[in-house]
Amino acid sequence: MRVNGRRVLTGKHFMQGNIAAAEGAIAAGCTFMAGYPITPATEVAERLAVRLMEVGGVFIQMEDEIASIAAVIGASWMGKKAMTATSGPGVSLMLENIGMAVGTETPCVIVNVQRGGPTTGIPSVELQGDMVQPRRGSQGEYEIIAVAPSSPQEMFNHTILAFNLAERFRTPVFVLTDAFVGHMREEVVIPEAAALEIVDRKIPEEGFNAEYQQSFLDEDVAPMPIYGHGFRANVTSSCHDEFGGRNVTDAYALDNFIRKLRNKILKHKHEIIRYESHCEGCDVALVAYGGVYRAAEEAAREARRQGYKVGSFKMITIWPFAEEAIQELSRQVHRIIVLENNMGQMYPYVKAEAGRDADVYFLEPDILGEMHKLDDILEKVAEVAR
Amino acid sequence: MRELEHPLMKYIRPSGVMTANCPGCGNGILLQSILRAFDDLSLDMDDFVFVSGIGCAAWIPSPSFYADVLHTTHGRPIAFATGVKLADPTRRVMVISGDGDLTAIGGNHFIHAARRNLDMIVICVNNGIYGMTGGQVAPTTPFGLKTVTSPYGNVENTFDICRLGEAAGATFVARWTTYHARQITLTLKKMLQKKGFGLLEVISQCPVQFGRRTGIGDSVKMMEMYKEQAVRVAKAKTMRPEELEGKIVVGEFLDVEKPVLTDELEKQRREVLEKLS
Repeated sequence: MRVNGRRVLTGKHFMQGNIAAAEGAIAAGCTFMAGYPITPATEVAERLAVRLMEVGGVFIQMEDEIASIAAVIGASWMGKKAMTATSGPGVSLMLENIGMAVGTETPCVIVNVQRGGPTTGIPSVELQGDMVQPRRGSQGEYEIIAVAPSSPQEMFNHTILAFNLAERFRTPVFVLTDAFVGHMREEVVIPEAAALEIVDRKIPEEGFNAEYQQSFLDEDVAPMPIYGHGFRANVTSSCHDEFGGRNVTDAYALDNFIRKLRNKILKHKHEIIRYESHCEGCDVALVAYGGVYRAAEEAAREARRQGYKVGSFKMITIWPFAEEAIQELSRQVHRIIVLENNMGQMYPYVKAEAGRDADVYFLEPDILGEMHKLDDILEKVAEVAR
Repeated sequence: MRELEHPLMKYIRPSGVMTANCPGCGNGILLQSILRAFDDLSLDMDDFVFVSGIGCAAWIPSPSFYADVLHTTHGRPIAFATGVKLADPTRRVMVISGDGDLTAIGGNHFIHAARRNLDMIVICVNNGIYGMTGGQVAPTTPFGLKTVTSPYGNVENTFDICRLGEAAGATFVARWTTYHARQITLTLKKMLQKKGFGLLEVISQCPVQFGRRTGIGDSVKMMEMYKEQAVRVAKAKTMRPEELEGKIVVGEFLDVEKPVLTDELEKQRREVLEKLS
């Protein structure tokens, strides 16, 4: 594909999911990627290695995933929109520094094209196996944002969304996809650059001095005193106060550090959480995300044709969890079937919110790593609708 | 009467005046040697980003330096600094961290940044032990030394950090001890005026975890030992290996020119954009 150095490839394309994520990143203003080769995510790096050079950005292949996320955080403090793309084993290596990005309030995007795990697993077979990992993988108490695209088009759209949320809330944001969506080829429509909503982080006015002015732990997001402007930012991965001053002795400081960081996300969850509910007048809701939602949507359509009142609910943001939307859904329908390509990672979260007002069931694919079969879903619908 | 202020105080972050270093630690000597180099060259610290990891030495720039500082996770400062440098090659980058941080847990980043000839100065403070965590054995601990995690004596060989840096591709390599405070400043001034991956290893005393436990003694004794053990590079070249046993070779080992990563990337970018236009 000839791109001639354009930043936004306006037009209609037949595009692979991973490529769409790379193009979404560039459209969002990403100018830095550090990564390490890993299947099934390599196409993101390969594409950005070509494209970032054309748009004045930087791609670097680092010595490992730990270094990749570290370089991303360094670049973000230099004021760049920065990202990495990897798969489960890479995320496992990155987790300490992802916590660092949370703690230092560093905007960045991590694309996880999930493979079949545990351990090295199968690189090219998809599994939604790392859904809770962003939220609970790094040590300590924290909140994070994760979005789950279900098509190449959403790989483009939601990578932009991920950058926007990262910039808005000064936090790492995950694009949680898998080999199925990452390697899927479909139509991707890229609008005019002017039609894209792009968010840039708040930075302080010239003359700001981080020694005396708040740079951290503001529940409404402090301006980021990026490097190179004489702001004299005091950035530490350790527990710190509103000015970045390290405090590694005082439990009160830790309490403040944890609560402020969590509240920064939770206080604004209505601005963050996104979902699509197509369950009006339904008895049964099929709840799914990512590639599996495609099967859920199709099954709901087929079930309705067969006379069942079945709707579909797409989780777009995975974290923070859409508690209220799921509660509302549970009052609207009587039965919820959670479909995931795993052994039930988001299912307990759905059940915790919906269990009081609805019966909540789980359905994994017949063979883990394959798509749900239409007949299996319809059978489950018939079973619970009885 | 105006209160007297130390001439280097202007470089110190107001909230970072208090030190967490133990009495007799080598960190203070090195801190002053670094700041003297900045002062002698009239450099603006705002043109720099200082990056450090975890460990006692990492507390030299953070929170002490009144500039942009990034205090990172254990072992990773060079990887973070790589992102900083690549994102804006006009920024000067200095990494100050310890031997455990840079050559044990962070050894991979160290050799790869040297290989890339990334334009940054790395000051590795080598006290031969994990000081902050209570005196555990390090890749730099002398063979045979008893530490809390080598209670029967260290049975591992020791890294020569300078030779490691040189072999990996650094373009400037030097070693001094904290006894050589003035020489550190002189070498650093050279490094600050040169592009490429510069490595300065500083052998530094940890009187609490190293000196006391090994019975070598206090800070002054350790520095006297450095003075006696130090052999200049030129003289070391004339000595036999057995004569060099127990000695610390000090001075500037290497000063060469190689293509610098950020320059090469910039060149490439110009070519790509030219082709596109």
